[in-house]
Amino acid sequence: MEKTTDRATQSMIDEAEKRGIPLVWDRFAAQLPQCGFGELGLCCRHCMQGPCRIDPFGDGPQRGVCGADRDTFVARGLGRAVAAGTASHGGHARHMAHILLKSAKGQAPDYPIRDEAKLRQVATRIGVAVEGRGTAEIALEVAQLAMAEFSEKDTPLLWAATAVTKGRVETFIKYGVVPTGIDSPVAEMMHRTTYGVDADPVNLLLGTVKCALADFGACHLATDLADILFGTPQPVVTKANLGVLKKDAVNIALHGHNPLLSDVVVQVSEDLELVAAAKKAGAPAGLNVVGICCTGNEIMVRHGIPLATSSVSQETAIVTGVLDALVVDYQCIMPALASVAECYHTKLITTMPIAKIPGATHMEFTPDKARETAREIIRTAIEAFSRRDPDKIRIPQETNAAIVGFSAEAVVAALALVNPEDPLKPLIDNIVNGNIYGICLFAGCNTVKIAQDANYIEMVKRLAAKNVLILATGCASGAFARQGFMTQEATRSYAGDGLKAVLTAIGEAAGLAGPLPLVLHMGSCVDNTRAADVAVAVANKLGVDLDRLPVVASAPEPVTEKAVAIGTWAVAAGLPTHLGLAPPVLGSKTVTTVLTSTVKDLFGGYFMVEPDPGKAADLLLATLSSRRTGLGLSA
Amino acid sequence: MMNALYVDPQKCMGCKSCEIGCAVQHSKSKTLFGAVFEEALPMKRIFVEAGPGVKMPVFCHHCEDAPCLNSCITGCLYRDEHGFIRRHKERCIACWTCVMTCPFGVVTRDENKHLAVKCDRCHKREVPACVSACPTRALQLVDLDELARRKRGRYVQAETGG
Repeated sequence: MEKTTDRATQSMIDEAEKRGIPLVWDRFAAQLPQCGFGELGLCCRHCMQGPCRIDPFGDGPQRGVCGADRDTFVARGLGRAVAAGTASHGGHARHMAHILLKSAKGQAPDYPIRDEAKLRQVATRIGVAVEGRGTAEIALEVAQLAMAEFSEKDTPLLWAATAVTKGRVETFIKYGVVPTGIDSPVAEMMHRTTYGVDADPVNLLLGTVKCALADFGACHLATDLADILFGTPQPVVTKANLGVLKKDAVNIALHGHNPLLSDVVVQVSEDLELVAAAKKAGAPAGLNVVGICCTGNEIMVRHGIPLATSSVSQETAIVTGVLDALVVDYQCIMPALASVAECYHTKLITTMPIAKIPGATHMEFTPDKARETAREIIRTAIEAFSRRDPDKIRIPQETNAAIVGFSAEAVVAALALVNPEDPLKPLIDNIVNGNIYGICLFAGCNTVKIAQDANYIEMVKRLAAKNVLILATGCASGAFARQGFMTQEATRSYAGDGLKAVLTAIGEAAGLAGPLPLVLHMGSCVDNTRAADVAVAVANKLGVDLDRLPVVASAPEPVTEKAVAIGTWAVAAGLPTHLGLAPPVLGSKTVTTVLTSTVKDLFGGYFMVEPDPGKAADLLLATLSSRRTGLGLSA
Repeated sequence: MMNALYVDPQKCMGCKSCEIGCAVQHSKSKTLFGAVFEEALPMKRIFVEAGPGVKMPVFCHHCEDAPCLNSCITGCLYRDEHGFIRRHKERCIACWTCVMTCPFGVVTRDENKHLAVKCDRCHKREVPACVSACPTRALQLVDLDELARRKRGRYVQAETGG
């Protein structure tokens, strides 16, 4: 099977093979065949009378020891996956809330409020008075409300309820899926899926939706607070792919998801003393900070830091032989990095108390010593640089330019250049006249099960040609950035005439001397709510709910439990959502039918599983067509 | 009656329970929890492999004209009274000719004990461990003549549209 469509990744796979270093693709091959019970969601390990399996063919057992059937097995498994995803985004968000609280109290000098406008915008949305109040005072109240979101409240989760349409809130109330906290639905899901609690697959799935809506709130909170502390992304030109690593610089890669330490490392890397130390150590180009995965996206959209590579290919950054330090926080960090790093001089540095890896050096992040730790990390990288083995240096030349940083605010600001009085009007007018056929949000990961980026590339070409406006987050963004789809050239090459005209008009107005890039990079995977914000604004402006808009989502190469949580809230938000791989639910016809069809009657959104990218694009186009017809627009 | 291991690839889930059952059967303790702590870990004699769209175990057929047996120069491999090809362990010189000649690739090496390792069809058990471990009955012990008879029946049904 083809492993990747990215030539830089491929050259590193070849290099690793030559050196006998196993990578993710080799470990996957060693796992084959993978267990069909697990693939179908038909095994249960929730109690010690198990493990139990259900025979999908009917000859063997049809119930677990406790009597749970295949529908219960699968629904419980999905619920726990969404709970894990929500716990991850919740952990990320809670981390931000603690720091904002400290910052507001003046206890975190390394974390000043950098975006007062965003603070006031968020405060207003969640009902905090801003008139005549100082920044610290507002920040304190916002931080306290943020902290309160994690426990179980008597009222709906603020960051979810205030960030969707009124119609959505009514729908969520109607089906009893309004979360009142971020952690409490996670705990509730663990409770109801334990031995002898919830056996009703539909009830379990509704609980799963509630948990996913808590995930939406957690994601939104994390994005808002990150913007307040580090600035809201604005368009910036940078580069992506392994060619951003430099032979003559000390290369430091920041990998994971949280901007708390990585943003500070970026700030500190401009310290002239450290740059001088790097030069003195024999690196004339000084310090070169790059990103991997979603920590990479965070610093890419805020500071224009180049992106070296994405999640599935994370190990290849080490195989270049010039990565001096790989600094990780949490989520999507393969423990295998330690064994690959062992074959090179690369220093693998873990920074979070809950995410250590045997073989790595642990330099713990604490908010009161953020800058100090960042300096120490950079000094460690400089030291490692002196141990580079010149014989192992193999930097792929591939890089692509990427215009990134399209937060919802940045999108509205760009539109305001066309129509200052009513920024959303140009977007809506063009959706109505068909220049923009619809909007597709690409989210999710790269998976070892699909040739890296293959689905993204095929789908984006087909959709853009039919004038679909493309938004992207997370490793979907990484794929498009590495593969050159965040350029003006990509718009000229692949956009249909209508889309090209719109992107050109906005780009020209923004002084870009050409169109906006074909794909708008909205941020990391926690930032999917930025796309939701745009959709909500359009829905409110049009006076229709999200489940009628020509907006779809796709995770064509998904991996994580977080992706399952995001996909589930996208469906609850009313978006038809495509997956390029089936999650482990196909063992239950009931659950599969609910997810792909019945749920449509409740929330308007639903899942589509289609591994073939061409067919998937056609499916999304057909969906957009029927949504347009529903609104009385030209199909 | 001619007993044979039979696999229905359409029912194989690739769960590798047969591999685990086999290894446990060839451990000292004969229990899973005992086996995983044994100093010399037991070796499996059955291998779940994947092809395009298919998963299935590959195992020893105790061939009637057996290349492994025919090529064993020391008389280590022999056919027992039930027709199963087994080992006189002390005679194995680790030349690996049997590994080379087995058309299924199911004779392997114990590198520590310098011994060829192969299926003994669980000669002490009525039903082989791999068959007992299979949760979907993809792996079955069948009477070959009976299997052929059943297939003839199905063929006639299909041909006559019955």
